[in-house]
Amino acid sequence: MNKKIYERPILRKVVEGMPNKFGSMKRIRPINTIDNVLIDDIIDSYGSPVFILSEKTIRDTYKSAYRAFSNRYPKVQFAWSYKTNYLDAVCRIFHSEGSWAEVVSGFEYEKALANHVPCNKIIFNGPDKSKNDLVKAIQNKSLIHIDHFDELYTIIQLTDELNERPQVAIRVNMDTGIYPQWDRFGFNYENGEAWNAINRILTNSKIDLIGLHTHIGTYITVSKAYAIAIEKLASLANKTFERFKTTIKYIDVGGGFASQNTLQGAYLPATDTTPSFDDYAHAITTALTSVNFPNNEVPTLILETGRALIDEAGWLAGTVLANKRLADGHRAMVLDVGVNIMFTAFWYDYEIHPVNESSFQSEPTTMYGPLCMNIDVIRKNIDFPLLNKDDRFVIKRVGAYTMTQWMQFITYRPNVVLIDEKGKLHLIRKGEDKEVFRKQEIVPKHLLEKAELKN
Amino acid sequence: MSKLNSLAISDNGFIFKPSTGESFTTNELGLHIIHLLKENKSTNEIITEITREFEIDKLTASRDLDEFLDLLKRENMV
Repeated sequence: MNKKIYERPILRKVVEGMPNKFGSMKRIRPINTIDNVLIDDIIDSYGSPVFILSEKTIRDTYKSAYRAFSNRYPKVQFAWSYKTNYLDAVCRIFHSEGSWAEVVSGFEYEKALANHVPCNKIIFNGPDKSKNDLVKAIQNKSLIHIDHFDELYTIIQLTDELNERPQVAIRVNMDTGIYPQWDRFGFNYENGEAWNAINRILTNSKIDLIGLHTHIGTYITVSKAYAIAIEKLASLANKTFERFKTTIKYIDVGGGFASQNTLQGAYLPATDTTPSFDDYAHAITTALTSVNFPNNEVPTLILETGRALIDEAGWLAGTVLANKRLADGHRAMVLDVGVNIMFTAFWYDYEIHPVNESSFQSEPTTMYGPLCMNIDVIRKNIDFPLLNKDDRFVIKRVGAYTMTQWMQFITYRPNVVLIDEKGKLHLIRKGEDKEVFRKQEIVPKHLLEKAELKN
Repeated sequence: MSKLNSLAISDNGFIFKPSTGESFTTNELGLHIIHLLKENKSTNEIITEITREFEIDKLTASRDLDEFLDLLKRENMV
């Protein structure tokens, strides 16, 4: 006799909620493949948890972003934001699509060089550039975006020592009506600091000022904010030309485009509210084309978009370790994925799906990670199908910042695999083991011998 | 099992508790267990019945049954 498929018994109280114009929650459906590759097969081969990246999605997303801007503006250049995901395989995909590199540390700069990015196509941002980093960047003719006066003076000093012409831009912060105003990076426009910095650079006559950089914030959808920012940069460019006959070759508007992950506390899901690349492109290019630059020459538009280009391409597949009931009867699930590798779970409500159909019933569930820490929560309250121990799940849109902000804490970081455009799997970062950490540690000689435990 | 007998239970798993006015839903197996409890079957008998009818091992069936009975107790149904 064929036995029936088992689904564990459940009991749910029917709670009348407030009237809701969106209707009832839709059932979370299983996702069992990524680019037609079975997630079960990936876990069987590479273990659980495992990060999975889709090369096809990365390339498709890049192309649609580039198209949105290049259809509206003649000179567009993307620079891949290394800090968002600096796995070499990922960086090389972006570079092969035409992206330059945008780095914010000596470590990232070395990575970009190792990824064969031409030196003059590496943008060196951020407040932390050591003297050695600056020497390298100056000699390589990389684009140095100056963050503060101390950095500017170091560059001026190095210019004499090295007898080279550094290629620089300044980062400008300003009031565009957006709150909070990002003023910790760069030179302020309103108080004249930015104009001062330009004067210091150009009176030196040994430094080439070729760009202006600003980053007005994240999740900006108001074209007026970009219009104000670009108007102010254009005014700096015009003043620079009038006084020094120097033409600003590019305007870098930074990154900050949102992905489709929903921020905790948001009323509507981000899939409904996130602006498209076309929305951003419209706002930025309209602002750019409506102002006058010196000699009517339009500068190149540089974009350092990170999150919106990679989030969608990343997945994290894992396994249920246990189910339990909390003191108040609320269902809880322990996963083998914790905040050690999903740091971003602190501010996003990630979309999580079972890999296989296991139950048509669902219940409000809190998902905990495997760490022995109370803060290790992946989702606080999600109406989730009843999975059993050893069932598998997959988390969507984890391509940005997870694989750079993850930490080695309590356990090892897992394998990362890439599905290429033909559906072939490649291991692009090996999971760690104890040898990785033993290599870094040095035990003093007097502690080397086997210690006897004191009674 | 007199408390269970006071519940209004539909064939598709909708449960109404007249004493409090609360409503609950259960699934096929939950409904089956409630019927077995109403027939005064012991825990062991219920587990045997579940493993005979469903594709599940005895240990898991027993663990899930314990949890379900806890839920019924919490709602003051048994």
